[in-house]
Amino acid sequence: MDISLQNVGYFYSKDTPFEKRALQGVDATIHSGSYTAIIGHTGSGKSTLLMHLNGLLKPSEGVVRIGDTTISAGTKTKGLKDVRRHVGIVFQFPEHQLFEETVVKDIMFGPMNFGVSEEEAKRRAYELITLLGLPEDVAEKSPFDLSGGQMRRVAIAGVLAFKPSVLILDEPTAGLDPRGRKEIMELFNHLHKKEDLTTILVTHSMEDAARYADNLIIMSNGTSVMTGTPEEVFADEEKLASYRLGLPRSVQFQRDFEKKIGRKLSDIALTEEQLAEFIAKAALEEGADSC
Amino acid sequence: MLEKMIFGRYIPGDSFIHKLDPRSKLLFVLFFVVAVFLANNVATYGLLLAFTLFVIFISRIRLYFLLNGLKPILILIIFTFLMHIIFTKEGTLLVDLKIIKIYEEGLRQGIFISIRFLVLVLMTSILTLTTSPISITDGMEDLLNPFKRFKLPVHELALMMSISLRFIPTLMDETDKILKAQLARGSDISTGSIKQRIRAVIPLLVPLFVSAFKRAEELAIAMEVRGYRGGEGRTRYRQLTWGSRDTISMVLLVMLIGALYLLKG
Repeated sequence: MDISLQNVGYFYSKDTPFEKRALQGVDATIHSGSYTAIIGHTGSGKSTLLMHLNGLLKPSEGVVRIGDTTISAGTKTKGLKDVRRHVGIVFQFPEHQLFEETVVKDIMFGPMNFGVSEEEAKRRAYELITLLGLPEDVAEKSPFDLSGGQMRRVAIAGVLAFKPSVLILDEPTAGLDPRGRKEIMELFNHLHKKEDLTTILVTHSMEDAARYADNLIIMSNGTSVMTGTPEEVFADEEKLASYRLGLPRSVQFQRDFEKKIGRKLSDIALTEEQLAEFIAKAALEEGADSC
Repeated sequence: MLEKMIFGRYIPGDSFIHKLDPRSKLLFVLFFVVAVFLANNVATYGLLLAFTLFVIFISRIRLYFLLNGLKPILILIIFTFLMHIIFTKEGTLLVDLKIIKIYEEGLRQGIFISIRFLVLVLMTSILTLTTSPISITDGMEDLLNPFKRFKLPVHELALMMSISLRFIPTLMDETDKILKAQLARGSDISTGSIKQRIRAVIPLLVPLFVSAFKRAEELAIAMEVRGYRGGEGRTRYRQLTWGSRDTISMVLLVMLIGALYLLKG
């Protein structure tokens, strides 16, 4: 499902003394099947933007197109439930949305709201518990008895359970330990490929964006200021710095390395693995030169 | 959806009303609320309404914003108005629509009660909109101080009040967040039968309670860690000062009550 935003603007508390502009003139296109990362400083409008992507917020100005649905300021809320079935959002700290008596019931909540039969919802719930690496005996436990990391996984399962074709992740790994972080990001990447999802990741981590995304949207002060592939975006270090954003560690290391050896490497190393490879190659060439 | 609510909100400003001492504002609203019940004819209700509009005017709060924020209450006022019109059967018959008969007395009563309601709500809203929650509780504590003699735990009450006021916006934000998360999972609060709608509230309330309790516990621990132990010998950073403005407002209040007393039938 393609998503496109045209000149989107949004005000919080419109027509009150608290009125605050959160978005202005956002233009972006997210193609079906792409992995898009939305990056920006705190308060740059990332979270507001993503609530426009499934009709939780309606733009005060401009138009949002999600598949065949067009949403603008006057759109009725009624028809939007269908959009939400196709676009799942994992919010920041999603464990706050847990409420059911048992983990299974909580995971079944989404699918059953969207008209999936009880048996099917239950089957999916058990499947997801295994997929997310939760121990099997949590199924009948209360979600409030789990550890923070496990609650996070249950909440994520609750969104995956209704099989959205677009998956939006708002800092899904915030507050997790490094290992859990990596596991969850790898899981999303795996799902993205296997289920052919359109994934949108809101993140602070340049490393995650560089590693997983094939399309970046940089937000600053409520508007989209840069878009493009990671290679394109990370090539312009100065522009990024002007939005108070840095480079991913691997690219930063590469730049420092290039300065030391006095020549540029041909490609940008988006991950540590690529970086190691490029450096090994450079070292070999260097060795060959000096012989 | 929730962001339009204005209960417990505070709009910073520097109008005459904003600058008043919270004690004088509290006293004013208290006596005003009682005085409203003196009104019983066109002149007195007119005076009350005019006075309230005057207060809104000098508080520099936009009337549109105020009315928009009080929409839920306006609906209640309109409802009471209709009830009075339909069910009071005194005075001369004004309109006869076969099923509904509107009598003069009904109309009169309806309008009066609506004004009374409106004036009360507007005045108390002005109080909370122009006074920060902290000043309200400071003022309240100060006014209740004489009752300490009767073993009334004044400081604790004020503390409880300021904590609850402090957490209203936090809880509102949280409600909004959880609501959005459940909406994204296909929960539907605005459509369906009453039973379905009530059931749709559970996914909202449970997480809200869980986090409220967690927050309360964290707050209690944070207070204890910082050595909080009640009002005994506690000094204050913000001192309350009674100025000429406050005396003026008290004089105005006395004049208003006097006028109401003279004009009432």
